[in-house]
Amino acid sequence: MKDKFKKWLYGDEDLLENISDTVEEHDAPREVLKEEKRRLDSDIVRHPVTKSIEGAEKKGMKALYTVTAVISCIALIGILLYIVARLPLYGQENVRADEVIRRYIEDGLQETGAVNIVSGMILDYRAFDTLGESHVLFTALICVTILLRIDSRNMRTDYEDYYTIRQDRYFDISGDSVLSRVGLFLIPCILVFGIYVLLNGQLSPGGGFSGGAVMGAGLILFSSAFGFFTVDRFFTLKLSNRITFVALSFYSFAKGYVFFMGANGLDSHVPKGVPGAILSGGLILPLDVAVGMVVACTMFGFYSLFRRGSIGGPK
Amino acid sequence: MISTLLNNSEEVVAIILFGIGFTMLLFHRNLIRKLIGMNIMDTGTFLFLASMGYITGRKAPIVVNGVQEMKAYINPVPAGLVLTGIVVSVSVTAVMLSLTIRLYKRYHTLNLDDIYAMSKHDMEDR
Repeated sequence: MKDKFKKWLYGDEDLLENISDTVEEHDAPREVLKEEKRRLDSDIVRHPVTKSIEGAEKKGMKALYTVTAVISCIALIGILLYIVARLPLYGQENVRADEVIRRYIEDGLQETGAVNIVSGMILDYRAFDTLGESHVLFTALICVTILLRIDSRNMRTDYEDYYTIRQDRYFDISGDSVLSRVGLFLIPCILVFGIYVLLNGQLSPGGGFSGGAVMGAGLILFSSAFGFFTVDRFFTLKLSNRITFVALSFYSFAKGYVFFMGANGLDSHVPKGVPGAILSGGLILPLDVAVGMVVACTMFGFYSLFRRGSIGGPK
Repeated sequence: MISTLLNNSEEVVAIILFGIGFTMLLFHRNLIRKLIGMNIMDTGTFLFLASMGYITGRKAPIVVNGVQEMKAYINPVPAGLVLTGIVVSVSVTAVMLSLTIRLYKRYHTLNLDDIYAMSKHDMEDR
């Protein structure tokens, strides 16, 4: 019991160990894999590098590490608490740094046309910041795709069946009656709510990121309840790539034009409309939609890549 | 000093969360635990930013009834910063989880020391 707990605590447990009773046809290769791992482990124990590491640990390196780590943790918390004690009191206005905030609050509605001051701030005054954020998400999706995508070239075909992995037969929960009935009712509501949050970004709390995350969650629920086959019919890798490309390039060109051609970069030549109407805020609404599309594609892409190693159906 | 700390209790909690996350990064050898620690650090940062922007008695920065005075709304800048932080946190977590999956597929363990020893072993083989 204690050993098991220690194994669990240090992460020594092999998660593939007991999975073989659910997947019959993969028994033999897993045995081979375990044998290989045992051989590798014994090689490692006998290896001079491991011995040198263990020797260093015996010589007190481990104790030194622990002591240094404890001291650095306590020092970090202490320094930060000391700084917190010098900060202005909680809930009070910081009068020394209010020029920027004054401009945002008092002139934001006239300059950006957005009722939601935060939306006006992140999509107009600081639009390049949000552009960078969308590109961070896009880059993360590319990295995860590089690391996790399964296709015929990068998988070890000798003991992993290509289509089995792609169709996620190990952990498939689609077809569960409770999940699909509840999903039938919930998924349209979630998607409509996501679109509402997305389109009302300049009027109410919400905007591109939250609306996109809600829509991505709706897609994830859809794929869990009805299986990846159903989602593959309309959401393929090509569609995801196209949506992301169009949204990001629209954002880049629109904001790039505004920033490079305008004197102060804020006049976007798009009519601002009546504050409070859905079609107001100039460029903010299209930019919100672009960001939301990128976020929705990225969220569903992460989920799909982690669960079965691809976006869209098998090729 | 103690009274200031008691007044700034939100910030103190944020710092303690940050410290817990940092401690987990240093003391756990399991990669997933390190990731959880990093996410706790992120949470501490968000709490710190949100509490720095709050001003007692004021409303969220959404213009209501045409009121556009400084006195009516809280500081909108930390809200945008928290948004940036959340996006970066999600991206970093996703990339690190996928790296962890690749390491697990290669070495069949999540223990960082074992992975380190095995990778040395691999390099000497080559």
